[in-house]
Amino acid sequence: MLSSAAPALALQGVTKQFGSFSALRGVDLTIAPGEFVCFLGPSGCGKTTLLRIIAGLEQPSAGRLWQRGREITRLPPAQRDYGIVFQSYALFPNLSVADNVAYGLVNRRVPRAQARARVAELLALVGLPDSQAKYPAQLSGGQQQRIALARALATSPGLLLLDEPLSALDAIVRVHLRSEIKALQRQLGVTTIMVTHDQEEALAMADRIVVMDQGAIAQVGTPLQVYREPATPFVADFVGRVNVLQARASVAGHIEVAGLSLACPAAADAAPGTPLTLYLRPEDVLVQGSGQANLVQARIEAVEFLGAFCLVDVSLPALGGQRLQVQLSMNVLAERGLGVGAPLALQLLPERMRVFAGATSGATSGASDGASDGAAGAAPSLPLAAAA
Amino acid sequence: MSGAVLAPATRADTAAAPAARVDGAAAVALLGLALALTGLLVFLAGPLLAIALQAVQDAQGRFVGLANFVAYARTPALLGSLFNSLWVAALVTALSLPVAFGFAYAVQRCRVPCKPLLRAITLLPLLAPSLLAAISLIYWFGNQGVLKGAMQALGITQIYGAPGIVLAECFAVLPHALMILVTALGSADARLYEAAQAMGTSAWRRFVTITLPGARYGLISAALVSFTLVITDFGIPKVIGGNFGVLATDVFQLVIGQQDFQKGAVVALLLLAPAVLTFVVDRRVAARQTAQLSARAVPYRPQPKPWRDGLATGYCVLVAAGVLAIVGMAVFASLATFWPYQLAPTLKHYTMGLVDAEVGEAFVNSLSLAAGTAVLGTVMVFVTAYLLEKTARPAATQPWPERALRGAVRLLVMLPMAVPGLVLGLGTIFFFNAPGNPLGGLYHTMALLIACTITHFTTTGHLTAVTALKALDAEFEAVSASLKVPFWVTFWRVTLPICLPALIDIARYFFISAMTTISAVVFLYTPETKVAAIAILNLDEAGETGAAAAMAVLITAASSLAMLAFMALAAVAHKKTQAWRQH
Amino acid sequence: MRLLSPLSLIAGTVLALAGAGAMAQGKTQLLVYTALETDQLKAYQEGFNKVHPEIEIKWVRDSTGVVTAKLLAEKANPQADAVMGVAASSLALLDKNGMLEPYRPLNLDAIMAKFRDSKNPPAWFGMDVWGATVCFNTVEAAKKNIPKPESWKDLLKPAYKGQIVMPNPASSGTGYFDVTAWLTLWGDDKGKGGGWKYMDGLHENIGQYTHSGSKPCNMAAAGEYVVGISFEYRANANKAKGAPIDLVFPKEGLGWDLEAFAIHKGTKKLDAAKKLADWASSKDAMLLYGKNFAITAQPGVAAPLANVPADYESRLVKLDFNTAAANRERVLAEWTTRYSAKSEPKK
Repeated sequence: MLSSAAPALALQGVTKQFGSFSALRGVDLTIAPGEFVCFLGPSGCGKTTLLRIIAGLEQPSAGRLWQRGREITRLPPAQRDYGIVFQSYALFPNLSVADNVAYGLVNRRVPRAQARARVAELLALVGLPDSQAKYPAQLSGGQQQRIALARALATSPGLLLLDEPLSALDAIVRVHLRSEIKALQRQLGVTTIMVTHDQEEALAMADRIVVMDQGAIAQVGTPLQVYREPATPFVADFVGRVNVLQARASVAGHIEVAGLSLACPAAADAAPGTPLTLYLRPEDVLVQGSGQANLVQARIEAVEFLGAFCLVDVSLPALGGQRLQVQLSMNVLAERGLGVGAPLALQLLPERMRVFAGATSGATSGASDGASDGAAGAAPSLPLAAAA
Repeated sequence: MSGAVLAPATRADTAAAPAARVDGAAAVALLGLALALTGLLVFLAGPLLAIALQAVQDAQGRFVGLANFVAYARTPALLGSLFNSLWVAALVTALSLPVAFGFAYAVQRCRVPCKPLLRAITLLPLLAPSLLAAISLIYWFGNQGVLKGAMQALGITQIYGAPGIVLAECFAVLPHALMILVTALGSADARLYEAAQAMGTSAWRRFVTITLPGARYGLISAALVSFTLVITDFGIPKVIGGNFGVLATDVFQLVIGQQDFQKGAVVALLLLAPAVLTFVVDRRVAARQTAQLSARAVPYRPQPKPWRDGLATGYCVLVAAGVLAIVGMAVFASLATFWPYQLAPTLKHYTMGLVDAEVGEAFVNSLSLAAGTAVLGTVMVFVTAYLLEKTARPAATQPWPERALRGAVRLLVMLPMAVPGLVLGLGTIFFFNAPGNPLGGLYHTMALLIACTITHFTTTGHLTAVTALKALDAEFEAVSASLKVPFWVTFWRVTLPICLPALIDIARYFFISAMTTISAVVFLYTPETKVAAIAILNLDEAGETGAAAAMAVLITAASSLAMLAFMALAAVAHKKTQAWRQH
Repeated sequence: MRLLSPLSLIAGTVLALAGAGAMAQGKTQLLVYTALETDQLKAYQEGFNKVHPEIEIKWVRDSTGVVTAKLLAEKANPQADAVMGVAASSLALLDKNGMLEPYRPLNLDAIMAKFRDSKNPPAWFGMDVWGATVCFNTVEAAKKNIPKPESWKDLLKPAYKGQIVMPNPASSGTGYFDVTAWLTLWGDDKGKGGGWKYMDGLHENIGQYTHSGSKPCNMAAAGEYVVGISFEYRANANKAKGAPIDLVFPKEGLGWDLEAFAIHKGTKKLDAAKKLADWASSKDAMLLYGKNFAITAQPGVAAPLANVPADYESRLVKLDFNTAAANRERVLAEWTTRYSAKSEPKK
């Protein structure tokens, strides 16, 4: 069925079993043309498997896939329409850069002059003009990455797949390259799916992030949505740092944490007395400023210097000595003459608090305890990002 | 410009029905594998089955169960040969292993000058047919031998029989054991030794607790390989065995001398046993071999120690001298006019051998066999390895016929390592000469000789190919598919050029092995396809030892030249196609 | 570097193979099984091709015993077109098995009656006689103080212990006629006769049994052993080369056999085989045989050999080919059971 608004890629109920192990469980997803989507999750969550299924390198045990309205579930890779960049780049070491980039063109009987022009065009696009005669072994990791990208784009595919393209690079190159890839994608408008375990990358590059956990999608949303409005404790925990505290719903938009009452609009719909888990990001705890809500006294236990800011470990006597991680800039610390052992008044921003139903045994930077199973299993009052 | 970068889609956007599971490229891959399987079935499985069938039938073709085995067990002379084979093989292993180990230790762990030269000399036995040592020993220790007195002073009355076999086999087995042990002792982690030294461990204890255990898999492997080589070798016992019966010559005696195919098949099956055992144990050992060198290991560099290095050098020179003595005596014997009464040098043994006794033709046959084996064998082995390694979809998604096909090829391609040449050759004549075999037309042709020789040496070639292929990025084929390039194009443009050094290695191995082999061809040859190694046998049988020595020296010379040619080829190929490695 | 295009490589290989195949066409090929010495084959082949250049001979050469065993084994599926230079005792055995095609060659009348099959037309005819000769290395004997033997019985003396080599009768025709001669001289009696007793005694002194008939003399010539029981052609040739050997012709009598020719039944190249038979019986061929052997099937042709006495023929024992053929299997089986432990590995 031809539709001008057909999504670039549509997945329905995609499942993958390896023997008794479920790598993917009923994944539904729709990707719009021109979108940059990141599959994000820890090792073993199924993101690479999903990518390989989209590429046709694996067959799903169940489910269907469409690309631009055309079903591709059973098609072999050669009959699909995509370009792929692997973690290892897989450049052909014995071919020159020009031959590598032109590889897909040669088979389509593109006239040589035209192919040459195209290669030059792509190399200029990825920022490596005049490197036609070099060999991959002469290039740095970042440069090889860009050649691999140029090669994948040479045939103007409808879909670009990136399998952890930056993980083999060192930190500085990684940061530089990710903005380049993002810029390139924007310029070309090619639908792109990138698999990564680095949440900073995902937040920086993606139009939408698909957070995956144990074979299922935990949340699909824009980086802001995923960061600010995590749908499950897993997402809250995996993306960015977060403090976890036990709480109990109290009256009218308040919660009670170890006897202390805190304003929390997110808990408005919870029945009083319901056990809750409170998630609060370190940057959402301010040194007492103008606001009055949720002030607590704290004592600095440790300061971890991270360059631009510090992660300050504080204990809250009012909450029975529970700890929080607070993000404070160097300037603030210096201004107030704060150091280890100093007392501190903190404001826990009420509008930034996230709560989920149920008690967990999580510590400050604790991992999700697996309460989420498949899709969000949290209280219905919590907003979920739009899923496909 | 950005708009032009993405060309408009050329494919239809209509929702097509799901296409067939297997696309064209996959079909080609399966076809290739099916061909490989056919080849292996015809030239390997068929012959082995033919032997098994002969062993359980009588002369008229009726099934008689184990009657032939029983008759064998009741023949004292034949049982005696079994015992002889076993203890001779064990003795050779016990003697050659320490010698090889000492040499390997000296070369890898001490500072010995001229290592490449010494190592090259010890590889000489590989380039010669095994008979060369036997012929040479007759001249050293035979009844007219130069050192006969010394030998008799040691209590050995004559060289014919077990002493000659043992000595000659030690010579033949040395390079095989050396190659394994040199590799085993080559990968040592210096940090272990440094730590031990820091703890004050004595040199002897360091040797016993670090060096030996580190090399234990190499020792086991070398022992097994030596044992199997000796027990299945035919050429040496034939020439110098005298009255001493062994399994290898029994097979021949029974089949060709007495045309007793049934008992011959029984002995052939017995010969299969040690080889299969070696194969099984070796696979287990290889699986348990932990990597000696992890990524963090520091390569061991021996420190100079004058006494130890002096002793080591002396030892190596001694071993090398031994090897040269044997080769040298064969050369001398080939030039002596009439041993032992007229020692003036002459070329008449060479001319007589080459011109009169059709040995020149045999030499040409050897070259064709070697060339055919090298070219065809390399192609077949490499393509099969490629199809097995690089064209497979994940195992769980393969339909069962494909899985069965791949499993069968994988198994059969490892099997030749467990089958001695004599057994393979025997099975091949049973299989191809059976009445009603449609392929019978191949019998008596050089093509069959080539096919049999390729099959005989397939496994090593396959393993080399697989190692080279595994070093390639696993995603080349996936990239190729995503770019819509059929896998054979990538094979031609990328895989083959990168693997060229390995291909040349495989071709060299096939060539030299075919030049010097005797055990498989000894059943299959015909007057037209008689190869030089067989010609040597015939000359020796007729008592023309001078001419036999000349031919053996010629084969060695040809192999050496071929070796140099391959090395030159590798160097040229390296410069032309591997330039990309140097950056 | 661009590799050669795969197509051109394949095309080249195919062409090369086709060319090689094409070259093998044209001549008629005869597959001839033989036990003739390799140094004799070439001369005979050239002699034949002078008369018949259009026929190409492919030899399958091995020792008498092996060739005989091979022919018998291939009985159901014969490969050979003709058999040339194989012992008459073996050919008689093949004839018993119905494997020979009787044919009367052109020059049959010139061949002595005792040197051909008695049937008419004969199943086989003789080429030349070859008989026993002992090679005795004088230099080594002097070193070891070993006396020169005059008779077969001399060889039983302890002085010769470990110093004698002889051919294995199962593989070598030379060995077989020695055994036949001793059994004729001293009796067989199905394993209990004096001939077997002699061989028991001789076995004690044997250093090795060799595969071929030539090897014992070659070993004696090289001084490996002192006494080599062989045949006259080899002994004569070695002495002519300068080997320090004396030729001994034991007094009691010499074993012998006839190198003979036969056409294999069922050959598809009958005409060519007949042409070969005609040539093999011709005087030209006999002259060639006479260069190597003292006695040819056509009398008066052979020139005397330098080191072989003129009365050689009179020293030969009486021999009936049919008897020898009939007993072959039993005699060989008995011999193998008794003495085979000392055999050099057979081919």
